[in-house]
Amino acid sequence: MANDLFNSFMNGPDEKGRFGDFGGRFVSETLMPLILSLEEEYEKAKTDESFWAEMDDLWTHYVGRPSPLYYAEGLTKHLGGAKIYLKRDELNHTGAHKINNVLGQILLARRMGKTRIIAETGAGQHGVATATVCAKFGLKCVVYMGAHDVERQAPNVFRMQLLGAEVIPVTSGRGTLKDAMNDALRDWVTNVHDTFYCIGTVAGPHPYPAMVRDFQAIIGKEAKAQMLAAEDRLPDTIIAAIGGGSNAMGLFFPFLDDESVRIIGVEAGGKGVNMKMEHCASLTGGRPGVLHGNRTYLLQDDDGQILEGHSISAGLDYPGIGPEHSWLHEIGRAEYVAITDDEALEAFQLCCTTEGIIPALEPSHALAHVMKIAPDLPADHIICMNMCGRGDKDIFTVAKHLGVEMVRGD
Amino acid sequence: MTRIDDTFAALKADSKKAFVAYIMAGDTDEATSLEVMQGLPGAGVDIIELGIPFTDPMADGPTIQLAGQRALAAGMTLQKTLDMAAAFRKGDDKTPIVLMGYYNPIYNRGVDKFLVDAKAAGIDGLIVVDLPPEEDEELCLPAQAAGMNFIRLATPTTDDKRLPKVLQNTSGFLYYVSITGITGAAEASAEDVAPEVARIKAASDIPVIVGFGVNTPEKAQAIAGVADGTVVGSAIVSQIAAGKPVAEVLAFVKTLADGAHRA
Repeated sequence: MANDLFNSFMNGPDEKGRFGDFGGRFVSETLMPLILSLEEEYEKAKTDESFWAEMDDLWTHYVGRPSPLYYAEGLTKHLGGAKIYLKRDELNHTGAHKINNVLGQILLARRMGKTRIIAETGAGQHGVATATVCAKFGLKCVVYMGAHDVERQAPNVFRMQLLGAEVIPVTSGRGTLKDAMNDALRDWVTNVHDTFYCIGTVAGPHPYPAMVRDFQAIIGKEAKAQMLAAEDRLPDTIIAAIGGGSNAMGLFFPFLDDESVRIIGVEAGGKGVNMKMEHCASLTGGRPGVLHGNRTYLLQDDDGQILEGHSISAGLDYPGIGPEHSWLHEIGRAEYVAITDDEALEAFQLCCTTEGIIPALEPSHALAHVMKIAPDLPADHIICMNMCGRGDKDIFTVAKHLGVEMVRGD
Repeated sequence: MTRIDDTFAALKADSKKAFVAYIMAGDTDEATSLEVMQGLPGAGVDIIELGIPFTDPMADGPTIQLAGQRALAAGMTLQKTLDMAAAFRKGDDKTPIVLMGYYNPIYNRGVDKFLVDAKAAGIDGLIVVDLPPEEDEELCLPAQAAGMNFIRLATPTTDDKRLPKVLQNTSGFLYYVSITGITGAAEASAEDVAPEVARIKAASDIPVIVGFGVNTPEKAQAIAGVADGTVVGSAIVSQIAAGKPVAEVLAFVKTLADGAHRA
């Protein structure tokens, strides 16, 4: 894995928006001119120092970056093997990594003169981040959220409303994250002139997968520098949870050409990848297809109809995955594994009691895999895991699964 | 020359506009939709658009979304859609059939295999909503090489700079989407559509058919009047959704076809 220009893993996508076979621009003609103009604007911004200066300022003073790289001594001792570091992106304003990307897209929207922002959300973290930045900049915000997710993520729905966003429960299809994305696309196709679609993950038509990755890559850039400062070397293994895969892509990207670094993405195994449709592990249990503007691994049936996944975590409950992950999977640069609901719940509790950190259910999946591999690794093996969100939003779900009855309200 | 080309040549000779009807394959079940399809030519339909059901129809409004869900719930598949076309072909070798849908079911089957099977089933053209010109190598070019028309959508956002790209590999006819939006949502007006069709006509000789938001005989007449014909989908699907008997659905289709043919 050489670092020269020609053998780098960091050159994608190509001019057609492809990472190998994956990615592309599979959208209706109405949207095509819109994504071309977005691409043009993003290409301009990418090399514009004033754009990144504004981002840096907001990241520092509004989001609270850099997020700490924290040596998790309690977990390390408990597991008795590898040395575990957590990249604390749950400490960001709004409680997750999502805002890293939202800031970038909203700054672009402002440059493009768009006044109305739409977004899809699953767990509600991307919706909250979008509503937050829209409130700051005085932009109208409409968030599409599956009716099922509205129910299981009630605190985030109220947060978005407090921030002035309109939350539209999506009942089309089966009312989940993929249906929310369908309805957001239907909105965009209808309101082409004033509306900017702020996608929350590294999926969708080109340039979204590359653009969102570039905005999230701040996670990996910081982690690399912080690790060098703390240990004077790179980590041996980096791990992150994957729904669409934006926090993972953000952590992985700056390490892709570092041959010594093992890269592991953790998908939601739900009730087990072998039980049909009871998981969201696109790479472990799906195959390539075309949905939401890109070719990538999808959960689908024999007829090419998209299947609904299942995960305890609303943020991972998506039948696809970002196209760059599909590519990294196929070329073997990254490994992808699946963790079940029960394993994630166990990790969630362990993190609470050993580190005093209540993690979101999404990174609990990554932590569950750390729990699996760390005990068998030597003490000088360094693992860096992205703690991409905090768990306040999940306490009701966890309580329910643990059989604890909580009394809500006053 | 495909059946589509023949149809437009014949309509032109008669100075008639085309009436195109859309139904969803397998809605509300296989037998019903085949019966409707078989009755369409008799109701004055010149070209049939047969929808391939898909779980995630991103460009469609609730009417077509629900039609797809009903069809899938009744067990419809891409194979059964092709079987339905083949069954129709046994009794009608003249009316063009255009399959309309989304790419994934086709990609999942394999493009080469799909084209062979579709050709054998008597399919004349394809409209695949999520394949813009930028993705022509996926299906558009192989379909044309297999002797099938690939019908492209042009929309109000297709500006003069982009129009040549949209027209380049289009064959059979061009489907002009009269509104920015989803199927069955907003109303199209002939005044807005006329200059857009004129703009396309100035750049190409290909027939231009206008759809989205056409739902009455009057509208069909007005829209067909400023183009080479018109498409009605959601309004027909609504009749099927309401559980109207096939004869009643076809009588409604006939009023729309008569409207378009008066233009």
